[in-house]
Amino acid sequence: MAHINLGNELPGIRGPMAFRPETAKPLNELAEILLRDDNNTLSRGERELIATYVSYLNDCFFCQNAHGGIAQYYLQCDMQFIDGVKKDFNSMSVTDKMKALLSIAASVQKGGRFVTAEQIEAAKNAGATDIEIHDTVLIEAAFCMFNRYVDGLGTSAPSDRNYYIGRGKQRAEEGYLHFDLYK
Amino acid sequence: MAHIKVEEGVPGIRSLVLFRPETGKHLYELAQVLLRGDSPLTAAERELIAAYVSYRNDCMFCMSSHAAASRCLYGEEKNIVDDVLTDMQQSKVSNKMIALLNIAGKVQILGKEVLPEDIEAARLLGADDGEIHDTVLIASAFSMFNRYVDGLASFTPTDAATYEEMGKRMAEKGYALPQKLK
Repeated sequence: MAHINLGNELPGIRGPMAFRPETAKPLNELAEILLRDDNNTLSRGERELIATYVSYLNDCFFCQNAHGGIAQYYLQCDMQFIDGVKKDFNSMSVTDKMKALLSIAASVQKGGRFVTAEQIEAAKNAGATDIEIHDTVLIEAAFCMFNRYVDGLGTSAPSDRNYYIGRGKQRAEEGYLHFDLYK
Repeated sequence: MAHIKVEEGVPGIRSLVLFRPETGKHLYELAQVLLRGDSPLTAAERELIAAYVSYRNDCMFCMSSHAAASRCLYGEEKNIVDDVLTDMQQSKVSNKMIALLNIAGKVQILGKEVLPEDIEAARLLGADDGEIHDTVLIASAFSMFNRYVDGLASFTPTDAATYEEMGKRMAEKGYALPQKLK
């Protein structure tokens, strides 16, 4: 049970979003532009993978599985691949640019000041643009928010990881803006 | 120097949202709703939570600017802000605020650090669900803003006068997306 009476039994972030729609609006708008807008040189799958990885580092079960499910849908991969990235992305078949961006993710998760000029340089050398670096840092920072919001209020999350695979397809298709929190 | 090519001399988050207004728009809207919109907590209290979390995250820019905004909003009681940042137990802030700041401090570490007893303590001192919700979301949001500002190494002014002016503007005008000067 959540720490406060949310007035609903919705899992994860949907609970507090239904409790407080005024703040849910900019949160969902931010998710949509950051993760789903197609005017972006990082693919939706890559952005969801960054979100999944940060949520894993923050030990947020709901977010890492929800976004892991969405990443699986976009990247057409299985859960094993997602788990492999979480455990050791350097050993997985992701681009060098993604490896550099995921390394920045690990630093941002600890704190903004942990990001080094060398990490940024490595990302640029691997072809990352300023906008890509900007968006990567903001996705990572945003999930340090979303993860804390979800776990800080003690929201519930379905424990069956397969549940999130079907949900991933639904969220990928519906997006973060115009969806029914209760469905 | 910032890690990406933002306009020089523009401080903190302003330089980042000018670089990418498409995302900046929603960040400012979130700040406005969360820190200035309807809430059972006063704007001064919410700015204090923001400053406290930024202090714990060692984010000089956010800490200095939100502390300055909170001082402005507290008016004659402005000493509360620095007293809380030094030692809240010795400050004149209410026990309920101490309990909420304790929750904010746990959120700053990680969501799971918030325990049922932390919530219970706040409730016993009169905090309701809306206050607890807003405290958790403000602390979460500043765990984002702090990382955004420092993760891209944006410019951090070091003189107190700059922040005083910034705080005054934030207190009076709230959060509107800055526009590029032509």
